[in-house]
Amino acid sequence: MIELEGLTKRYGEKMAVNHLTFTVRPGIVTGFLGPNGAGKSTTMRMMLGLDRPTAGDVRIDGQHYDRLKDPLRYIGALLDAKAMHGGRSAFNHLLCLAQSNGIPRGRVDEVLDTVGLTSVARKKAKGFSLGMGQRLGIAGALLGDPRILMFDEPVNGLDPEGIHWIRNLMKSLAAQGRTVFVSSHLMSEMALTADHLVVIGQGRLLADTSMADFIRQNSRSYVRLRSPQRERLLDVLHGAGVTAVEAGGGTLEVDGSKSEYLGELAAEHGIVLHELSPQQASLEEAFMQLTAESVEYHAHSGTVDDPGADGAPGAPGAPGAWGTGPAEGASRPPGPPQSPPPPPGSSSWGSDWKKG
Amino acid sequence: MAATQVVRSEWTKIRSVASTVWTLGLAAVVTVALGVLISWFSKNEFDKLSDNEKLSFDPTFISFAGMSLGQLALIVFGVLVVSNEYSTGMIRTSLAAVPQRGTFLFSKMAVATCLAFAVGLITSFVAFFLGQSVLGVHKASIGDSGVLRAVIGGGLYMTLIAVFSMGVATMLRSPMLSLGILMPFFFLISAILGNVSATKKFGQFLPDQAGSKIMQVVTPVDDDVPYGPWGGLGIMVLWVLVAVVGGYVLLKRRDA
Ligand SMILES: Nc1ncnc2c1ncn2[C@@H]1O[C@H](COP(=O)(O)OP(=O)(O)OP(=O)(O)O)[C@@H](O)[C@H]1O
Ligand SMILES: [Mg+2]
Repeated sequence: MIELEGLTKRYGEKMAVNHLTFTVRPGIVTGFLGPNGAGKSTTMRMMLGLDRPTAGDVRIDGQHYDRLKDPLRYIGALLDAKAMHGGRSAFNHLLCLAQSNGIPRGRVDEVLDTVGLTSVARKKAKGFSLGMGQRLGIAGALLGDPRILMFDEPVNGLDPEGIHWIRNLMKSLAAQGRTVFVSSHLMSEMALTADHLVVIGQGRLLADTSMADFIRQNSRSYVRLRSPQRERLLDVLHGAGVTAVEAGGGTLEVDGSKSEYLGELAAEHGIVLHELSPQQASLEEAFMQLTAESVEYHAHSGTVDDPGADGAPGAPGAPGAWGTGPAEGASRPPGPPQSPPPPPGSSSWGSDWKKG
Repeated sequence: MAATQVVRSEWTKIRSVASTVWTLGLAAVVTVALGVLISWFSKNEFDKLSDNEKLSFDPTFISFAGMSLGQLALIVFGVLVVSNEYSTGMIRTSLAAVPQRGTFLFSKMAVATCLAFAVGLITSFVAFFLGQSVLGVHKASIGDSGVLRAVIGGGLYMTLIAVFSMGVATMLRSPMLSLGILMPFFFLISAILGNVSATKKFGQFLPDQAGSKIMQVVTPVDDDVPYGPWGGLGIMVLWVLVAVVGGYVLLKRRDA
């Protein structure tokens, strides 16, 4: 269990983390969401005693981090996959961590096997791909067999198989009764992994809710209609007491009605329809709406057709990276937005390394 | 957290990176080779020296002449041991594993210091014996008064140079910045201050000039240095303590 109480961090004038109070509970995966610069990494660094809070307190199982004896046995963290000496072999990197916390040497081989790096254990970490580095970081987090695990954007830069592997790993760790705390800026990713959700924006707490509740409250279903006889359709809908919202591009959106009913209504009045489709608003949009005011690094609007091409000045990373759909006002992505990628068969991620 | 665990961990860290071997190796080779070369030149030039210079002739000290260059490799060693943690980002992983920053820093320094002392002492003995064998008739013997002190002192000097660099690197974090300050400090500034008569008095109290007094056996004829061999080493130790304490205080207070 991790408890935060009024946790605050200021860098000069900048409030990176602003009075955060929440609890991360065992047995579930808690997703920690926020746009770029929201303060997720800063919060995690304070949890590990790396950065000193300006105010407030954070406790691990009731204790301050630096009071833990052999902390890797309590809490394992992946903050940055590159936080290691590239000239050191994977084995020696893990060995020095293990020795500092009195963890037996045999455990190093075990975690290397778990993450599928056994065959490159003696290779220098600087030759590793992003995915391999990430796995080595995760091996370090698992080293002390801790009851609490913390991952800062573990899926960043990973291929689908790697993402799938990490997702399953986190779920199985939580199923063993461990506390799992994972940050991300992708709502869709969290929807697949997390049981509980903590959302922050500009350092402030925006939501602390179960994933199920969040989906219930935020997934809007509606029907999209398009017709060459738009004015008539609007009249008919109005006459039937159905509220339609113009959604741009000549389409109408109707909340809370079944597409069957709307189709029959149009047929009764002999209205031609070019589109009649049930839609589900993505959680990503709900998340964007929630954090809209607190997004620090906006992409320039007006290039909605190609959000990836936006060059937001001063924006670290890709500005479009945390939204799968374009900004509000644009057409919504069709179909259910969160379809899990197909499971990659029985081969686990990294098994090719074991084959050598 | 037991300090022995952290010491063991730091030993694994230091032995598992290539820079340890090449910096310490270079320090030993350069010190010995240059010492032998200068000893050989000194022997050939001996007859041309003035009477005063002949009286001041210090074969032990001459065989350590390579240290002026070899110490630069030790500076690199000391800087890299600490600043590698910062330049690679390993520091956050390290401090998450060992949140007691004093234990972390002093275990790291203890391991690196022992290693530097072992290498320094061996280097010092080898430089002495090879240098003397080249000096021929002018050579000193290890049994002569003050010679053993000078040879062991050579090892201590090399060790202290490394520890001083570790302290400075802990304060500055960046390897480039640390080397950019330490290299000219030891190679240029100290030499310039020591050779200009106006600043000579001040230059005597710089860590390398004070510390190298321990390697002198024959006091030069017109010597006006206000401290002896151990006094000089003491001055150097003070510099080292300031650097180490400064590094510790900053590490303790800063965000990682
Ligand atoms: N060491 C620091 N010095 C000054 N400002 C900092 C420092 N670390 C973080 N910040 C600022 O604090 C804010 C929060 O940063 P943080 O890295 O915690 O965000 P984040 O939620 O992890 O973002 P991202 O999703 O991009 O990783 C940012 O505005 C950042 O610029
Ligand atoms: Mg971050």
